Amino acid sequence: MTHGSAHAHEAGAGAHRTSMGLDSRKMAFWAFIGSECLLFGSLISTYLVYKGRSLTGPFPHEILNIPFTSFSTFDLLMSSLAMVLALAAVQRGDMKQGKLWLLVTALLGLVFLAGQFWEFSHFVREGLGLTTNLFGSTFYVLTGTHGAHVTVGVIWLLTLWVQALRGKLGPANAMTVEITGLYWHFVDVVWIVIFTVVYLIQ
Amino acid sequence: MKTWLTTTDHKRIGLLYFWTAFGFFLIGGLEALIIRAQLARPDGGLGVSAETFNQLFTMHGTTMVFLALMPLSAAFFNFMIPLQIGARDVAFPRLNAFSYWVFLLGGLFLNASFIAGPLFGADRLSVAPDAGWFGYENLTSRQFSPGPNVDFWLLGLQILGIASLAAGFNFIVTILNMRAPGMRMLRLPPFTWMTLITQFLVITAFPVITVALVLLMFDRFFGTHFFVPQGGGDPILWQHLFWMFGHPEVYILILPAMGIVSEVLPTFSKKPLFGYTVVVYSGVVIAFLGWSVWSHHMFSSGLGPIADSVFAGTTMLIAIPTGVKIFNWIGTLWGGQIRFTTSLLFAVGFIAMFIIGGLSGVSHASAPSDLQQTDTYYVVAHIHYVLFGGTILGLFAGMYYWWPKMTGRLLSESLGKVHFWLTMIGMNLAFFPMHFSGLLGMPRRIYTYSSELGVTGFNQASTIGAFLIGLATLVFVWNLLRTRWQPISAPHNPWGGATLEWAIPSPPPVYNFTVIPTVESRMPLWQTERHAPMRPLPERPPAPIHVPGGSWWPLITATGLPVMAIGALSHVIPVVLAGAAVVIVGIYRWAYEPFEM
Repeated sequence: MTHGSAHAHEAGAGAHRTSMGLDSRKMAFWAFIGSECLLFGSLISTYLVYKGRSLTGPFPHEILNIPFTSFSTFDLLMSSLAMVLALAAVQRGDMKQGKLWLLVTALLGLVFLAGQFWEFSHFVREGLGLTTNLFGSTFYVLTGTHGAHVTVGVIWLLTLWVQALRGKLGPANAMTVEITGLYWHFVDVVWIVIFTVVYLIQ
Repeated sequence: MKTWLTTTDHKRIGLLYFWTAFGFFLIGGLEALIIRAQLARPDGGLGVSAETFNQLFTMHGTTMVFLALMPLSAAFFNFMIPLQIGARDVAFPRLNAFSYWVFLLGGLFLNASFIAGPLFGADRLSVAPDAGWFGYENLTSRQFSPGPNVDFWLLGLQILGIASLAAGFNFIVTILNMRAPGMRMLRLPPFTWMTLITQFLVITAFPVITVALVLLMFDRFFGTHFFVPQGGGDPILWQHLFWMFGHPEVYILILPAMGIVSEVLPTFSKKPLFGYTVVVYSGVVIAFLGWSVWSHHMFSSGLGPIADSVFAGTTMLIAIPTGVKIFNWIGTLWGGQIRFTTSLLFAVGFIAMFIIGGLSGVSHASAPSDLQQTDTYYVVAHIHYVLFGGTILGLFAGMYYWWPKMTGRLLSESLGKVHFWLTMIGMNLAFFPMHFSGLLGMPRRIYTYSSELGVTGFNQASTIGAFLIGLATLVFVWNLLRTRWQPISAPHNPWGGATLEWAIPSPPPVYNFTVIPTVESRMPLWQTERHAPMRPLPERPPAPIHVPGGSWWPLITATGLPVMAIGALSHVIPVVLAGAAVVIVGIYRWAYEPFEM
């Protein structure tokens, strides 16, 4: 992950004419997202392989709270909308709106993380630890990896927001915001898959 | 010194990759020689203990795959790709430096296990990984490998994975986006094409092993049961995840060598590559099929007849694009004005040896015969024919071909020929008898064998062959060092090559091209039916060329990773956090450092 956000900021790489007409940083980021698909694909496959093979409880249907997680999912979807509005604002040079929507995106991400924190601690109280059974191990590693991605995204968004506050973010850096958005939407899409596979199809 | 630590020049990074990887190649070779010396005599051999032997073959495999062959290919990616596509550097020069430093530090971390025993209270000096280069469960579980050995392995490989992934993104973008005007995709030199395909395999295969290693790490450090049967886990899942990475990895190792051979053969036959487009598409097909064959490593794990048949079928299919390439290479040589330089000899040696390795590969593709071969020396023979006879001979062809471009100095052709013939005799003497010792029932990875098994003679032949390879390598090292002591300067284009790297001085100036060339044909320096050779570039740049300065942040960011690994290894959380802090600060400083390209 670290290198992903690192090269996304590689200064000036997109300033030159490129063979494909696509900004180099953006292309690198698409490749990175392709790579991440395999990462989450492997984790989701592991979850599916071990589905229903836990030797002891708690089992998924006893513990997963679909209404609560639906709210988290809705919250994350709305953060994608805010991200779109943030990028549009930065691209047209409306930095007041840009700042607002960057902050809203980050806050919605934080709400999601708070929900995950509450969910994890609730599960632990109910007796589902990381090592309790295969469900616990696969569930925490899969959703935890996703949560780590959201955390990186929130830090990234807040970094951009601080840059905007200091007046260092404008339409000239719209590509940076666009790449942040790519990452954010990707993390959102992964959550929709996880929500479907883990929560809805039990 | 400082300029090397902060360099972002792809040529310098290429040289750093070369010397580092070559150093690891010598270490891995030394491990192989100790293995062979031990096996020269039956019934206890030289007296190497089973524990030490386990460490030696594990580190030999891991070192050769991750620290020697992949980064030796990377040395050529770094040095040659920007030159072949007519660019001044890669797309992300600092990310490129970061890849190198992560690779170096990951390799040092892995090898530090040889002397780290006392730090972990072990009663021996070496706590090197000892569970084989593919780390099968449940040998790697905490129950059966309680020491830090496997921890070194899984943390080291995770660090190295970051280096490979970062380089993968970088070279994909470089090749797609940094091409000179007129350098259309089907005008790319075949080495560049094979590199592009390899990098797509890297960015898709490495996440899978990352997940496998993370799950293993959770099992070992936090007590989960992903691969532990007592908790309902399945050790076979490790095999699936590992080989889903591991088989594309085989093509990650061989495709660059195929690319090198596809450059060398046309140059020394004075003929265009026969069926260029088909060679390119075969590479793409090999990569696609490479994703659909992983379970042929697992026939003996009892997958059932349907899975066995499907994977046997897909595996045999891969022989088709590979065979297509071999015929194209032979077609390139056919009727050409062949010059038997050392580079060409190695390229032809590659074809011959790779055919043998390919044929034994087809014999494993059939599940019933594979069941007789699994875990015997027959498999060891196969892997060495493809990875030594294939990849290493291909890389040597590349070293003789590109050394003058990389250093400005010619290697000795007469020493080169000694090197070639010693290598060929040595490798066949070492690896061919392994087919027989394997079929006679000698298991791989065993520190000694009984004289009653009847494989002593074959083992002695293998040992003599291995030491001949060692001798050949010394000749090569002598040849490399001689270019420093008794330099013979190389002209721009010592071999009459057709691609852009030969249009500029040897070694190239820091900006590569005085003027970015405009490309009109696939072989810009050659007279073709429709195109005259490209006009020589001006001696001096007509306008000032901006060359990016160096940066400390790639190196500093990279140092955080082994620090995190050391913290995890010794279970000291503050050290992990300190390493993470270095990485985070490094990324921020890197991102906001002024760096004009």
